[in-house]
Amino acid sequence: MTLVDKTRMEDAAFRMSEATAGDYFALLKPRVMSLVVFTAFVGLLAAPADINPLLALIAILAIAVGAGASGSLNMWYDADIDAVMSRTASRPVPSGRVSPGEALAFGLVLSALSVMTLGVLVNWLAAALLAFTIFFYAVIYTMWLKRWTPQNIVIGGAAGAFPPVIGWAAATGTVSLESIILFLIIFLWTPPHFWALALFKSQDYERAGVPMMPNVAGEASTRRQIFGYALALAPVGILPWCLGYASAGYGIIAAALGAGFIWYSWKVLKMPDSDRSMRPAKALFGFSLVYLFAIFAAYLADSVAERILGMGWA
Amino acid sequence: MMMAAEKPEFVTLTESQKRARRSRSIAIGLALAALVVIFYVATIIKFVPALYQHVM
Repeated sequence: MTLVDKTRMEDAAFRMSEATAGDYFALLKPRVMSLVVFTAFVGLLAAPADINPLLALIAILAIAVGAGASGSLNMWYDADIDAVMSRTASRPVPSGRVSPGEALAFGLVLSALSVMTLGVLVNWLAAALLAFTIFFYAVIYTMWLKRWTPQNIVIGGAAGAFPPVIGWAAATGTVSLESIILFLIIFLWTPPHFWALALFKSQDYERAGVPMMPNVAGEASTRRQIFGYALALAPVGILPWCLGYASAGYGIIAAALGAGFIWYSWKVLKMPDSDRSMRPAKALFGFSLVYLFAIFAAYLADSVAERILGMGWA
Repeated sequence: MMMAAEKPEFVTLTESQKRARRSRSIAIGLALAALVVIFYVATIIKFVPALYQHVM
């Protein structure tokens, strides 16, 4: 008997990986993660509680890693879809640089690590919300809704809307109406944002068999729904001012951004069927990113200013 | 069981595989170091105020 029973290396398990640290970083979907970090940061800083700055940093890091972990689980499950879409074909799993099993293990380990870190070092409500968000994105959205219904990103959008609630919970240990309004802003923003993308990338989704709204209900219906969501989003954006949580300055900025969102959505609604360049849809997609960043930045600035001046706005 | 006549086969990594492994090793090392620092700092933050209260 020797210590080495196996002497041949033909087994696929002996495949030598060429995946770099950068490939594993790409599994975390860094661009999505940056949005998660920003909105969680706003939730955490706007909350009426004093959390130690280093614990706040740890909370943000744990939320970012948790979001990245759900991205890795998404790339593990969606490798077949990603391989046939131009936007995603070069991702680490479909391109073969990282095996599906490696992406799955990476996602599971980071999920457990991020939730446990947030729970042990910050608080368990925030950790439970993070765990639910990872589960919602990886299982409810990725494995179930995405391939089943054109409402996939409407319901699945909840996963992207949770980070400010988690940030708020990390600071206060509670969930309040203010954090739910921040949730609603992202929740209502998600469908027009992704449907604008789906309009000018509909062939990609068609090829991959993903039932996005333009492929299932048609472009005209999608344009109407985008406009409907824009009409719902604009008033929710100014709710923090209406309810006395933010100043009139925030209210004016939010109203202007909401009006801009409605204007860009109107241009999409009026886009002729013959317009295959889809410039209005591309413009709305770009503006939607500006909208989310600007409205959260305004809310953050307003909260910080309120705290510095030491007075409420109501 | 290894047969006496059968020579063990070893894998020789290519240069790109060596570079990739080195990059992964550095990343794992940095991540573990960061984790140690995070838990060390968080422990101090959480326990030092309680120690002061105990002394006073």
